[in-house]
Amino acid sequence: MFERLKTMLVKEFTQLLRDPKMRFITFGVPVFQILIFGYAVNTDVKHIATAVCDLDNSVRSRELADRLQQSGYFDIVRRVGDQREVREIIDRGQAKAVVQINHGFEDAIRGGKRAPLQIIVDGTDPNTARIVLAYAVTIAGRFSDQILVERQIRSSGIIRPTGMVELESRAWFNENLESRNYYVPGVMAQMVLIVTMMLSSMSVVREKEIGTMEQIVVTPIRRWEFILGKTVPFAVIGYINVAIVTLVAAFWFDIPFRGNLIFLFVATGLYLLSTLGFGLFISTVSRTQQQAMMSSFMFTFPAMLLSGFAFPISNMPQPVQYATYLNPLRYYLYIIRGVFLKGVGAAVLWPELVGLLVLGAIILPFAVRRFRKTLA
Amino acid sequence: MCSQKNREHSPYFSHGDLDNTVTLKELVKRFGDFTAVNRISLDVKKGEIFGFLGPNGAGKSTTIRMLCGILRPSGGSGTVAGFDIVTDAEQIKEHIGYMSQKFSLYEDLTVEENIDFYSGIYKIPAEKKQPRKEWVIAMAGLAEHRASLTATLSGGWKQRLALGCAILHEPPIIFLDEPTSGVDPISRRNFWDLIYRLAADGITVFVTTHYMDEAEYCDRLGFIYRGELIALGTPEELKTRHMAEEIVEVLCERPQDAMEIIEELPGIRHAALFGRGLHVVAERAVEAIPAITARLATAGFQAPQPERIVPSLEDVFVSLIETKDREAAPQQEFER
Ligand SMILES: Nc1ncnc2c1ncn2[C@@H]1O[C@H](COP(=O)(O)OP(=O)(O)O)[C@@H](O)[C@H]1O
Ligand SMILES: [Mg+2]
Repeated sequence: MFERLKTMLVKEFTQLLRDPKMRFITFGVPVFQILIFGYAVNTDVKHIATAVCDLDNSVRSRELADRLQQSGYFDIVRRVGDQREVREIIDRGQAKAVVQINHGFEDAIRGGKRAPLQIIVDGTDPNTARIVLAYAVTIAGRFSDQILVERQIRSSGIIRPTGMVELESRAWFNENLESRNYYVPGVMAQMVLIVTMMLSSMSVVREKEIGTMEQIVVTPIRRWEFILGKTVPFAVIGYINVAIVTLVAAFWFDIPFRGNLIFLFVATGLYLLSTLGFGLFISTVSRTQQQAMMSSFMFTFPAMLLSGFAFPISNMPQPVQYATYLNPLRYYLYIIRGVFLKGVGAAVLWPELVGLLVLGAIILPFAVRRFRKTLA
Repeated sequence: MCSQKNREHSPYFSHGDLDNTVTLKELVKRFGDFTAVNRISLDVKKGEIFGFLGPNGAGKSTTIRMLCGILRPSGGSGTVAGFDIVTDAEQIKEHIGYMSQKFSLYEDLTVEENIDFYSGIYKIPAEKKQPRKEWVIAMAGLAEHRASLTATLSGGWKQRLALGCAILHEPPIIFLDEPTSGVDPISRRNFWDLIYRLAADGITVFVTTHYMDEAEYCDRLGFIYRGELIALGTPEELKTRHMAEEIVEVLCERPQDAMEIIEELPGIRHAALFGRGLHVVAERAVEAIPAITARLATAGFQAPQPERIVPSLEDVFVSLIETKDREAAPQQEFER
C-alpha cells in the first residue's frame, strides 16, 4: 500500500543526491554555518584594544596600567603622552578605549585625596562599551581597595579586619559565559528552518515550473502520497543537519551537550511539522522557484529576529513579544539551548513542545488543504 | 489509414468495458470573463484516432485537461472510459494515459529511472514491471540509452519515452496534446507510426495538433476555433461536405500581387498563398476560372489556365475560419 510513497521517495532522494547544489546544502551548509558561528561570531568582550594616556608617568600610574593589561580584558596597544592624540586614536578605531591618568595622580593618592581617573570608550557598539566600562570599574575598585589595605599596613603594621562585601559570582550552564555555547546550538534551529522550508517548497514548485506536475496530476497518485513524498526527504535532511550540528558542536567546539539526544530528536520532529507546513504553504502561493526562495527568506528573517536567537525576547515591546508565540523558531531555539546547556527535558520544556505541536497542527493541515487547489 | 479489423481481437477490449469512449456534451470552460471552451459536444469511438485540430489558443489543451480530470469544467458534462469527468475524475486517471504539451519527464533521472517512477506510481504489478519496461525501451528505441540522463536525449527520443511512460499501465484511452511540436519531420513520422501501432492494438487515441498533414492521418477530426467546435467528421467528409465553396488553384509569378486583384473579382470569397501559387475560394469554379484568366491577362500576368482542385484540409480549415470570422465581425463592431 505504500508502493507509490516508496516510489516517490526513491525518486526524490535520487534527484536530491544527484544534484551537487543539493548535496552542498545538505552537508556543506551546516558545517559552513556552524564554523561561522563557532569562530567568527563572537560577542565575548576580551582583549579590548586600549590606549593609555599617562600624563602622570609615576609608579602608581604605571601600576594601574599593568593591572588593566593583566586582567586580560584590556590590551594596551598605544601609550601616548599628549591628550590631543586621544581623539584621533578613537576616530581611527586604533583603540576602543582610552584610559587617561592625569598629572598628580600619584600625589593625590599619597595625600589621601581622590585621584581622578578617566576612561573614554567608543560607544558605537553600545553592548561592548557597556561591558568595557563595567570591567574598568571593577579593576579601578580593586586597585582602590589595595591602596587602602597598603595604607593600613603602613600605618598600623597589621591588617585589621574591616567589613567588606565580597560578591562571588557564578554563571550556571555556561560557566565561562562563552557566546559560542549560546550561538552554535542556535544555528541548528535556523538551519533546519531554512533547509526544510525552502527546499521543500522549491522542490514542489520546481515540478510546476518544469511541467512534470501536470503529468503527476493525471496519475492516480493520492494527495497524501505526493505530499509525504515531497516532505519526508526534507525531514530526513533536517535530521541530518541536526546530527551534523550536534556532532560538530560537541566534538569540535566542546560545547556541552547535557540533555537527551532522543528528546532533541522528538522536539525536532514537532518543529518540522511547522517548517514543512510553511514550506508546503509557500509552494501553493509560488509559481517559480525564485518566488519560493524569496518567500522563504521573507519568512526566515523576521522569524530569526523574533526568536531570541540574537536579541532577547524580553527586551521586545509587549505586542511583539506576543507575536513571537506564533514563531516556531522561538520554541525550538529555547528547547535546543535547554537541551544543550541546561540538560533539561520534557519536564521543563513541555510548554515549548506544546507550542510547537499546536503551531504544527494549525499550519500543516491548512497548507495541505490549500495544496489541493494547486493540484487541480 | 489504419484498418479496424484487428482491433476487435486486441487485449484492450477484454476489460468488458463497453463505454470505452469519450463523450462531451456542451462542455464549457471559462477563465474569468474569457470563455476558452464554448459548448463543445463530440463523441470519440473506441479504437479510433481522433484528431483535435485548431490554431494556438483555440482551446485544445483546455479541453484535454478537462477530459483528463485536471480542470473542472464550468459547464456541460462528459464521460471518459465510462466515468464522469466531474465526479469520477480520480477513476478516469487510472484508465487513461496523458502526454502533456510540454515535455514532462524528469531530465535529471535516467531513462530507466523515469520508467521505474511511473511504473511505481501506476502500481504496475511486480511481474509485469520488467516486461513493460523492456517494451517501452524497445518501442522508444532507447536500448543503448537506458542508463543515460533524460536531459541528454534528443527531442524525438524524449517524445517517444514520454509516450511510453504515459502508456506503461496499458490504458484503453490516451490523450496526446501536441505530441510532435518541436520535433524534426523524421521523428514526427516515427511518432505517428507508433500511434498507428497503438490504435491497431485497439487503443483510442485523442490527439491535438496544429499540423495539417498530421490531421490527414486521423480517423476523425474536430476543428476547434476560439473555443468552438466548428466542424467534425472524417478527413474525407470535411473536404467534401463542409466546404460550400470550390477551390481554384492559380499558378503564376508575383502571386502576392495576383492575389489582390483576384480577390476583387465578383464571386470570389478569398484567396490565399499556397506553395508557389494561390488557392482561390470561389462560389462556383466554372464561373471563376474564365474570370480569373481574363483578369490576369489584362493585368499582364503570365499564367497557365487555373484549375479546380479538391480542397486540402487546410483549405477547409481556412475557409471555415473565414466564415466564422465574418459571422463574428458585425457582432464585434456592435460590442465596441
Ligand atoms: N489557466 C488559465 N487561465 C486563464 N486563461 C487560460 C488558462 N489556460 C488557458 N487559458 C486561455 O485559454 C485559451 C485556450 O488555451 P489552450 O487550451 O491552451 O489553447 P491551445 O491548446 O488550443 O493552444 C488561451 O487563450 C489561453 O490563454
Ligand atoms: Mg495547447
